Amino acid sequence: MWELVDGFLKALQLLASADPTVTEIATRSLCISGAATLMAASWGLPTAILLAMGDFRGREFIKGVFNAMLGVPTVGLGLVLFLLFSRSGPLGFLRLLYTPMGVAVGQAVLVTPIVVSFIVSAVESVEPEIRDLARTLGASELGASMAVLREARGGVALALVASFNRAISELGVALMIGGNIRGVTRVLTTSIALETARGEIELSIALAIILLLIVLAVSLLSRLLRRWGGWTR
Amino acid sequence: MRLRVLAAVALMAVLFVGVVAYIYGGVAGARRALVVATTTSLYDTGLLDEVADEYARRYGVRLYFISVGTGLALKHAERGDADAVLVHAPSEEAKFLAGGYGGVRKIIAYNFFLIVGPPSDPAGIRGSTPTTALERIAEAGRAGNALWISRGDKSGTHVKERQLWEAAGFNPDELRGESWYVESGTGMGKTLMMASEMEAYTLADAGTYTRYLSEGLIRLDALVRGGRELINVYSVMAVNPNVHPDVNFREAVRFIKFLVSEDGQRLIADFKVDGYTLFYPAVGVLREEPTSEVARWIMDYAFINGSECPPQYRMGVNELYQD
Repeated sequence: MWELVDGFLKALQLLASADPTVTEIATRSLCISGAATLMAASWGLPTAILLAMGDFRGREFIKGVFNAMLGVPTVGLGLVLFLLFSRSGPLGFLRLLYTPMGVAVGQAVLVTPIVVSFIVSAVESVEPEIRDLARTLGASELGASMAVLREARGGVALALVASFNRAISELGVALMIGGNIRGVTRVLTTSIALETARGEIELSIALAIILLLIVLAVSLLSRLLRRWGGWTR
Repeated sequence: MRLRVLAAVALMAVLFVGVVAYIYGGVAGARRALVVATTTSLYDTGLLDEVADEYARRYGVRLYFISVGTGLALKHAERGDADAVLVHAPSEEAKFLAGGYGGVRKIIAYNFFLIVGPPSDPAGIRGSTPTTALERIAEAGRAGNALWISRGDKSGTHVKERQLWEAAGFNPDELRGESWYVESGTGMGKTLMMASEMEAYTLADAGTYTRYLSEGLIRLDALVRGGRELINVYSVMAVNPNVHPDVNFREAVRFIKFLVSEDGQRLIADFKVDGYTLFYPAVGVLREEPTSEVARWIMDYAFINGSECPPQYRMGVNELYQD
């Protein structure tokens, strides 16, 4: 019980003193998972629009696949990606194993189903009349998509925040692809695992609290942004 | 509205470029580094971080330690994902060498495993030999008075544990079916915590046990310690560049030479956690006192065909070997 209190005090102390190692690890976590979210958005957004607004065979099936993938175990995905990125694997030439970029790509793959599924349901909840209206007003397919997306922006923002939070708090991919190398691929979750193994329970709890604070801050920030931007719907 | 979208897009672009640049900085650095797959019992003590700092100071090369169990560390090396390995399971190392995956093996350090258990010691093993201890634990276990926790994760400690059960006349694969024989399937630290919570016996490396004990995380006594049967030997090997042309063989050899050098060995000897020495350097013992008891234990346990590295696996780095 006291470990929790000590851990909380330690977290405050680490934050107040801006401990360089912790700052570095937290910054790395932010950068890697931020990049992962942006990457996932760059291919997830068009996919989601296509799935929500397109009209082709197998659409429901693909949506089902993305929905099912929401629950993919990170260790399993980490293992598959490890075998792909390994020097003797098919993508070994990319040299992604044990690099921050590798972790970012892995996390992007992990959160892609979140981006796609959340945005699909957000877009589908926009009245079909709006799209038709946009079309009748002479907008192109792209213009219509943009109009619908604008209507669904709350859902889009939620999808991105959820993706980022999932990426920054996952362990399996970061551990398998990154290898928890000090100063290179050590992120918050892998540090927590390592410090726990080392018996530094207080430090682990402190790091976990910092991770939680980041997740909370991002969620709050996105709410604020939506309010400022008049994005409440 | 348009302006806001533009601003958002610009912000995203700036973010993306910044993040990618930051990440690529890490990749560029990675090319000047040596990747060493290693066992958790070495890394988690903090010893290897000190080794890495010293190596970077000296040679300007960063050491990237991937801390996993011995089984996975060797797998990493077999796949060419590491340039060198630091492990502690001689029987597995022999298979690795025989498979042609690596060479230039050097024994760098040793210490002793411990059989730990609840202070009440229901099986009455305190101070006995490992073989007797395991017999008594099995007996007490079958009578419902004791529990044994096995790592079950193919780590070096798990390999040792299986050998000890076999030496005591048990088949570890058959024990798995018995209710007093529990598999944790996780690392040493978590296994110790489990043993402490369940008042069970387990085999532990001295480093992790000492650390957890001094942090007040476990209530377990070291009941059986020392001796020939419980010796734990750490070795380093380089990955074979003929199998994986991309591995950094030259740097791996320099790393091995550093570890067996006087400075490297002193680094290992001087490393302490809470005042306890965790690892003893092995190079001097084997070279200067080959007839001592400890040297004989190391040879019996960790030599392969009577040598720390049989000649066919030395890959031309003969200056490291005397025989």
